[in-house]
Amino acid sequence: MAAPITIHLEFGGGAELLFSGVKKHHMTLPSQSQPWDMKQLLVWIQQNLLKERPELFVQGDSVRPGILVLINDADWELLGELDYQLQDKDNIVFISTLHGG
Amino acid sequence: MCQVDEDYHGDLERAEVPNVSKKCVKCKEASAAVVIRAGDAYCRGCFKEYFIHKFRAMLGKNRIIFPGEKVLLAVSGGPSSCSMLSQVQKGLSRNAHKKLRFIPGIVYIDEGGALGQSVEERMKLGAELQAMFKATGFPFYIVPLEQVLDLPSSVVVMAPSSSEQPGSAYKSAVNAFIQSDSSTCLTPQDQEDTSLPEVQESHTRSLQHLIASVKTLTARQDLLNTLRQHLFVHTARTEGYSKLMLGDSCTRLAIKLLTSISLGRGAQLAQDTGFSDSRYGDIISVRPMRDYSAKEISYYNHMFSVPSVFIPSLDTKTTDKSSIQRLTETFVTKLQGDFPSTVSTIYRTSEKLQTACRSSSTANHCERCLLCMCALDTAVENASAFHATLISEQFSQTKVPGATRTQIPRQNPVTPVLTPTGQHCSSDGEENCGRKEGGGGCCYSAKQPQTTNLKTLLCYGCQMTIKDMSSVEYFPQYILSEAQRRRRRSQMKEEITEFLLDDDDDDDEGN
Ligand SMILES: [Zn+2]
Ligand SMILES: [Zn+2]
Repeated sequence: MAAPITIHLEFGGGAELLFSGVKKHHMTLPSQSQPWDMKQLLVWIQQNLLKERPELFVQGDSVRPGILVLINDADWELLGELDYQLQDKDNIVFISTLHGG
Repeated sequence: MCQVDEDYHGDLERAEVPNVSKKCVKCKEASAAVVIRAGDAYCRGCFKEYFIHKFRAMLGKNRIIFPGEKVLLAVSGGPSSCSMLSQVQKGLSRNAHKKLRFIPGIVYIDEGGALGQSVEERMKLGAELQAMFKATGFPFYIVPLEQVLDLPSSVVVMAPSSSEQPGSAYKSAVNAFIQSDSSTCLTPQDQEDTSLPEVQESHTRSLQHLIASVKTLTARQDLLNTLRQHLFVHTARTEGYSKLMLGDSCTRLAIKLLTSISLGRGAQLAQDTGFSDSRYGDIISVRPMRDYSAKEISYYNHMFSVPSVFIPSLDTKTTDKSSIQRLTETFVTKLQGDFPSTVSTIYRTSEKLQTACRSSSTANHCERCLLCMCALDTAVENASAFHATLISEQFSQTKVPGATRTQIPRQNPVTPVLTPTGQHCSSDGEENCGRKEGGGGCCYSAKQPQTTNLKTLLCYGCQMTIKDMSSVEYFPQYILSEAQRRRRRSQMKEEITEFLLDDDDDDDEGN
């Protein structure tokens, strides 16, 4: 059993509109048998945070193209993207680069 | 492009990625933070250096902005133009390595009225931007889009360029600038006008009528783009700026390029997406951000805390298929996700495009589109695709007795508010006039011609946009009166044509 972890989520570039305009979220992820990874986090965000229009945030099991992801201020492409295993106090940022958010 | 190759590339990368501390490809010491192009991972420090260098290199290479010149930065609040603003600030600072030497100002257009935002919302966003602009110390102009209703007709007339400035002129300008006291260039002008401009409610309503008269989101975005451009040029002219700096990133330009083709704006591609655009003659637009991808910009802004304000636009929260612009964006970003060289490939194509109708002296004489001011692409030979479309359109519009197929179905037949050329038709019942037969029927010349007459003054792309409008009556007055002026002129030209010795040459007769 992995212990619950707290993470810091941030949405920008218009992506925050899908989360009732709130940019920063402090979240505690419940404990589960395996450690949390990004793929699971996206599912969790969809179920717990996303307020509307999921198709504007996720596509398939990843984020919609045009939305950037930073994990602790680094490009998630360097960290294995969906396979990245979340650590306690991780800082994860989603920025939309799409016109109009 | 070569699909197999790219797929292979992607697989390769995914396989090698998992080790967390990949090193920067540049300094090879610090751990990488950003992947710029496939395989090129930079650390924070090197990324910053690369980003700043690129901006100055772009301006230095093109040598279009002269030292001491007044340059108006079009800032929308979005990441790209805000990043441009911060680069200009950095470049002008005293200790900058390759110092920029022009005099900046900022223009922001508040489009809230067109989007139906409440006065409070607009004030709130306006205040946010105002605070941001004030912090730069540059003079700034916050212009409500409603002001487009009060523009003079001269906006859609090409002004003569100040002078063709060859390379040597640039050098002498640099020297002159160095001799003059360069410290004067940055005195922050006293910003007296701290209050946001008031907008009349009636103006907002007129603007909303105009937007509402456009039936598709595609055409709405296109029209808004044109109006915005007019307002930029007007602000630059009235405030004495000779250059306009736009913040289009290469991702945006790649999208714009494909969009423009879909919208029938192929003839203007080079000017729409190139580094500089001189279609207005005296005011030249430049795009110094065109070497940056949207990703680079967003990462930079995030890492180095460049402020930006999210401003909703017409396509906020719309689906992928809501407009051609949106659909193209989805197409490009999706493709870019799978094939990381998509944007740069499209972008490099745009670099190869040449501006036609510019090198020769005819540039100032050729007819220009009433709306987008590009050289008219509709005066082409009979064998063109455009001509074929025209003929087929004429065919489908020939009157079948009794049938009213000619009347383009109007979504909502609103009563005309202003009809400058509608003096022929006194009766307001449409059926009344519709029954009149024979070419040039009364109603036909009073309402339809508004659209058809306007058409002859527009490029193909703008004609397509007009086609999606229920009526052109809501057009701002400056467009309608300039249309009238141009029509009168061509009429007059036609009347006197047989007396002219040499056409095309009417203004430099010199006797
Ligand atoms: Zn480095
Ligand atoms: Zn046009």
